[in-house]
Amino acid sequence: MKSIKSMMLNSMIIFMSASILLSSCKKETIEEKPLPEPKNEVEGLILNTTFNNDKHTINLYTSNGKLQTGYNNIYFQIKSKDGNLQQNATVKILPMMHMTGMSHSCPISSISKKQGTSATYMAGIVFQMASNDMEYWELTFNYTIDGVEYNMSGKVVVEQTSKKTYSSFMGSDSVKYVVAMTEPVNPKIGINDMKAVLYKMKDMNTFEPVGGYTIKIDPRMPDMGNHTSPNNTALIGDCCSGEYAGKVNFTMSGYWKINLIIEDADNNVIKGEKIEGTVKSSSIFFELVFN
Amino acid sequence: MSQKKQIDTFCQWHIPLILLIQNQKGFFITLFILIFSFSSFGQNNSKDSIQNQLLDEVQINTSKNTKDQSNKPLSGIDGYLESNQSINMIRRGSYAWEPFLNGMSSERSVITIDGMRIYGACTDKMDPVTSYVEITNLSKASIHNGQSGSFGGSSIAGSLDLVRRKGSFGEKKLGGSAFSGIETNNLHKIIGTGISYSHPKFFSDIDFTFRNAGNYKAGHNQEIQNSQFTKYNTSAIVGYKINEHSQIEASIIYDLATDIGYPALPMDVSLARALIGSLEYIRHHVSPMIGLWKTKIYYNDVKHVMDDSKRSDVPIRMDMPGWSKTSGFYSFVQGKYQRHFWKTTLSGHQNTSLANMTMYPSNTSNPPMFMLTWPDIKTNYVDLSLEDFFSVSNRLKLMLNTGIAFHNNKIDSELGLNSLKIFYPNLSNSKNRILKRFSGIVIYEINKFDFTLGAEYGERAPSVSEGYGFYLFNSFDKYDYIGNPEMKSESSGNLNGKINFKNSRFSAKVSASFFYIKDYIIGLPDTGIAPMTIVADGIRVYKQLSSAQLLNTALEMSYQIHKRWIWSAGLSYRKGKGAQIGNLPLIQPLTYSSEIRYTSKSFNIEAKITGADGNTAYNPYFGETFVKPYTLFDLAVSKNFQLKRQSLNIKAGVENIFDTYYTTFSDWNRIPRPGRNFYINLIWTW
Repeated sequence: MKSIKSMMLNSMIIFMSASILLSSCKKETIEEKPLPEPKNEVEGLILNTTFNNDKHTINLYTSNGKLQTGYNNIYFQIKSKDGNLQQNATVKILPMMHMTGMSHSCPISSISKKQGTSATYMAGIVFQMASNDMEYWELTFNYTIDGVEYNMSGKVVVEQTSKKTYSSFMGSDSVKYVVAMTEPVNPKIGINDMKAVLYKMKDMNTFEPVGGYTIKIDPRMPDMGNHTSPNNTALIGDCCSGEYAGKVNFTMSGYWKINLIIEDADNNVIKGEKIEGTVKSSSIFFELVFN
Repeated sequence: MSQKKQIDTFCQWHIPLILLIQNQKGFFITLFILIFSFSSFGQNNSKDSIQNQLLDEVQINTSKNTKDQSNKPLSGIDGYLESNQSINMIRRGSYAWEPFLNGMSSERSVITIDGMRIYGACTDKMDPVTSYVEITNLSKASIHNGQSGSFGGSSIAGSLDLVRRKGSFGEKKLGGSAFSGIETNNLHKIIGTGISYSHPKFFSDIDFTFRNAGNYKAGHNQEIQNSQFTKYNTSAIVGYKINEHSQIEASIIYDLATDIGYPALPMDVSLARALIGSLEYIRHHVSPMIGLWKTKIYYNDVKHVMDDSKRSDVPIRMDMPGWSKTSGFYSFVQGKYQRHFWKTTLSGHQNTSLANMTMYPSNTSNPPMFMLTWPDIKTNYVDLSLEDFFSVSNRLKLMLNTGIAFHNNKIDSELGLNSLKIFYPNLSNSKNRILKRFSGIVIYEINKFDFTLGAEYGERAPSVSEGYGFYLFNSFDKYDYIGNPEMKSESSGNLNGKINFKNSRFSAKVSASFFYIKDYIIGLPDTGIAPMTIVADGIRVYKQLSSAQLLNTALEMSYQIHKRWIWSAGLSYRKGKGAQIGNLPLIQPLTYSSEIRYTSKSFNIEAKITGADGNTAYNPYFGETFVKPYTLFDLAVSKNFQLKRQSLNIKAGVENIFDTYYTTFSDWNRIPRPGRNFYINLIWTW
């Protein structure tokens, strides 16, 4: 009996000393923790194009390294020649399509800082057409740093997507519009947040966001007898940003065609047809595919 | 109706029916002897006195009139079950019919194999539990109407337990059987064998059956395309005696069906496979009060693959596989205390049901479309039930039964939950229910009569399809069905009565049951939702009618004309009404049968007429159409040759002698039933 007691005592002492040791180790590791590395603000983005003038370099990024027809989120950083990132620039971008016989611009949002960054700028841009050997897109950056104006421009390559995610059309009010889907980027079976931007063309070089309209959606599967999902929510927007949000439901994976009807603030149909009877598709629609 | 019907499946055709009716004890003994002599697998009389005693007790108060259930010993299980008056079989082809108990769909009853819960893996009810056994390995089907005796779990209509044959401990002996049959109508070939071994401390039974059938021909030689099937079934049970009063048993069923055509449906089945296994511990004479204690654990795994690769005219190619896995247990105790025979069961199971659909677009540049049709649903279920059979006096008996169950459904995948949220945005992934049931039955016997009166109450949870199904196409009413996870439990009150009469030559039974079902679950159209299936007319969402009523009535009679001649007849009728919808679908019209049989020691001949009145109570709202009355004539002979310890049974017959072209209320999409069919069954035992 005595020996058992002493064994218990011994083991308790060992256990206690071990736990003291362990806890002291823990303290040391906390103290030794290294300082966080400076954040790479373009982590996860892929470089698309580098622009240069004699003072600065601009690196343009997108999430997949490509610019495509439809809506694109673009990100860029302005670096001085000595390698410093510029944090206080005021920037405007003028995109321009140079076609053989004419040239025109495209819708682009105002420029803001990417969330949580100090020197990375972002914008949303809608390309209505792809570039080719004869016809090209040029981006011109007009920017001001510490009261000094600069500009820089260069060509970019815009690829054609296989599915249609934008539409430009003449509305019933004789105004030319551009509408483009911005979300869902990764569609899934179930309820998806859906977003779109709507612009009207004032002239060949000026697009203005349109607020207060309604974008009605009717997602269909042409391969499945034009099956539609229930309980979709039309996209509505605020007064002025031109950004619209709603909900789109996908009952299954595969190819979906989201038919659109755009109405103005007074519920006048600007463009689009209801799917009924022999009408299998609206004249304006978005397409997407997912597995 | 709370009778328990014990149906002999295998060798009834050479038992004089009158024997069964005249003497209950005699019935069982005859049954046992016959099974024993016939296949050497039979139940041993000396097995357990208390169990037999109880069986007799229950039997006394249940059906006294077991009509001949099976013309063909090697017929499929579907035809065998269909001949019972409590059961209708909904037929979508030659194979795997869906049992309706008391006029109610299979969701409303509990169907078990040796007490094991199994969930079919097909979203279109093409694989009811009954499709995973073979008639050759069954000893009986125990039918409990309503709540009484429902140890399988909570239900509305009742329960059906398929009890398999198994051997017993005894003298060292090796026996076996070989059987074969052919039917001319669809070239249905049956071949199989069984081997049994008994030993004082060990027994084993193994059997194997193979069936293959081509397309059948309806009356006037009209071939029904896509009605073929092939089935393999193996079943084994082994037992080991641990000591005088306890034993352990292991059992397995492997059932595989391939290339099954469903002429009433737009798709066929390339594979239906079930693996069903269990381990059971049985103890007798636990204490003076407890005669028997059985505990079983089990597991089953079902896979079912619908495909349309053999159909030429489909709007889109698709695959629809389904999986269902169930693990469970029960622990059953029965005993006797003074004039009370009591039983109690604690059981539980967990099922996972998953089914999906992949559709291949004709535009091959687009990827296949994928959808979950049963979005990974888990069912967790625990049940406690109690039954007391109280012999108040020799004449008056009382049977009380109660049970309570906890039922939980859980959507186990995010994909599944996201799918259903399209319809139910605030859906939570789990739902709990408490399901209650009770019944009270009074049995009074006087002279040549006995009277039974029962009142019962039961509840059930929606099935996986009713609760969570996602665009399930019903090819009868041409609607896509959407489950509704927010439904209440369905509940039913049931009144039933029965009068039995028997004297030395004549016996009759009149029975009736009335179900008042509250919150009756049925699919109702929702015009705001578009269907998914290309040929569908619209969407139905499972909803609940405030009430539905069902009436079941039946009459059975038998009369011994002469020592060797017996006449028997049956008549049954159901009526079902639902608030708002009128007639309930798939309800049996007036159906009758009449049979005359000559029996000698080894020779048997029978002539039978069956038929039904026109189905005027059809409901076009569910795709139903009027069904014309019909009458059919069957003839069969059988002969038994005894050679020392071996015997050879031959049975031959013709069904639908006049090659009548007909369909019934229970034929999905009104596909016609088979025309004239000659068959021969051979069974050799040693």
